[in-house]
Amino acid sequence: MSMIGTIAVREFKSLFLSPLAWTLLAILQFILGFLFLTQVETFNTLQSKLAGIEGAPGLTDIIVTPLFGNAAIILLLVTPMLTMRLICEERRNKTLALLLSAPIGNIDIILGKYLGLLGLMLLMIALITLMPFSLLAGGELDIGKVFANMLALALLVSAFTSAGLYMSCIAGHPVIAAMATFGLLLLLWVLDWSANMEDQRSQLFEYLSMLRHFQAIQSGLISSVDIGYFLLFIAGFLILSIRRLDNDRLQK
Amino acid sequence: MSVLIQAEHLTRYYGKHCAVNDVSFTLEKGQVLGFLGPNGAGKTTTMQMLCGNLAPSAGQIKINGFDLLDQPKTAKRYLGYLPDTPPLYKDLTVQEFLEYCGLLHDMSKPDLRQGVNRAKERCGLTDVADRLIANLSKGFQQRIGIAQAILHNPEVIILDEPTVGLDPLQIREIRSLIRELGQEHGVILSTHILTEVQESCSHVQIIHQGRLVLHETIAGLNLQMDTGILLITTRLPADTALLNNIPGVTCLEQLSPLQFKIHHSVTDNPTEHIAQSIIAAGWGLEELLPLKRSMEDIFISLTQEHHDS
Repeated sequence: MSMIGTIAVREFKSLFLSPLAWTLLAILQFILGFLFLTQVETFNTLQSKLAGIEGAPGLTDIIVTPLFGNAAIILLLVTPMLTMRLICEERRNKTLALLLSAPIGNIDIILGKYLGLLGLMLLMIALITLMPFSLLAGGELDIGKVFANMLALALLVSAFTSAGLYMSCIAGHPVIAAMATFGLLLLLWVLDWSANMEDQRSQLFEYLSMLRHFQAIQSGLISSVDIGYFLLFIAGFLILSIRRLDNDRLQK
Repeated sequence: MSVLIQAEHLTRYYGKHCAVNDVSFTLEKGQVLGFLGPNGAGKTTTMQMLCGNLAPSAGQIKINGFDLLDQPKTAKRYLGYLPDTPPLYKDLTVQEFLEYCGLLHDMSKPDLRQGVNRAKERCGLTDVADRLIANLSKGFQQRIGIAQAILHNPEVIILDEPTVGLDPLQIREIRSLIRELGQEHGVILSTHILTEVQESCSHVQIIHQGRLVLHETIAGLNLQMDTGILLITTRLPADTALLNNIPGVTCLEQLSPLQFKIHHSVTDNPTEHIAQSIIAAGWGLEELLPLKRSMEDIFISLTQEHHDS
């Protein structure tokens, strides 16, 4: 167990040794800050009209939910760039031998790498969450719903990262890993579009679509089906990654 | 003596290509085993298998009594490995990198500090401890790789071409370090530089096309070096085919029309017979000189013999 921690801490720290993590955090915060302010502006103009309607959407619905929705799409673009180097670059730089000949299992290597990067992802989510919480200074938030949004985004990003990690395990070049991850995630994201066709809905596509599960949790409806989907997704890709690393030893 | 590495019938296939074929050997404490072979002979593959980076297609490896396949974590505790490319995280400082390596080997805090200091001292890295690895020269990077392998004081140290990229002075330092390490540990080093084996190893093992063609102590090898080659100069061109047929002659190497080298077996020495034949044929024997065999000759004859058969 301690080995997972060691690798995770090293991975997390390494991200901040290059300008990569800093740049990403800054750009992400800037774009989302801009979107957040636009959303606040929208709420201000709508406020007078909303006051007259019974059961109208509140501050949380108008500002927080779209903010996290936008964050999800931006992270869909960002995650492949972060995950691509995880295993792939170690293999290319031949540093993987260091881990493979140390007394640690492949499970420790994969989980350590995964958790290290996930640390940065969760830090991003924490920074994003600070924005809606700033509204508490002058308004009221549906805290439960904000947390549902955080949970949804955290699960989504964990799933993104696990898929990216697997792609990084199989690809020979980081850029290919990034493209493959991006392709896979985008496909799973838009799969839902075909499910929307009224007369020929596909139950399977509907279930596979990440967007649908993400939005379900985002709406505050935390059901075991959606949580289970993400957990299965994450566990599935992590196990595949471990198997893939085992395979490295067997054949090359 | 305790057996540190026991490798039995190691075989490794890459697809249909057989890179290592039925290699067995042992390494004991206090031995420095030199692994020799031309490029592509299977040295690195064997080493990768010994370090658990590559699973053998067949065969068994025991490190300090622990099977590498059944108890990989325990077995790897006793291993220090420097691959052919030193595995360095270039965005760390030397100190940070060595500390991380120590943590990966589950060293306790006081052990770690002591181990890092000792490794830095032994490899001459104390002055550069706070510099980024990326900014250091190839020689320093190689030394960091060695430091990383000996950091946790492992019983078995495996070094894949440890002196590549070092200047002559550093090579001398590293060789003496290897000899020093060999007293308390078991060391395997691979190289294609023959003098390196003569200088720093106690045992030598030659691998060619995936097969082990020689496993010998350096002393035993030196015995083999006394005899074996005759340099012969004649006044008139000699009929080499005739000389080749003399019993005991293994091969004949023509240097010029009037000069050739004869490789012969040690036990059945044909020197007298050759001299008689040349004189009887009237070719005019001018020079007959037994050559001391260098390790190079042994290496070449062993690898070529195998090629011919």
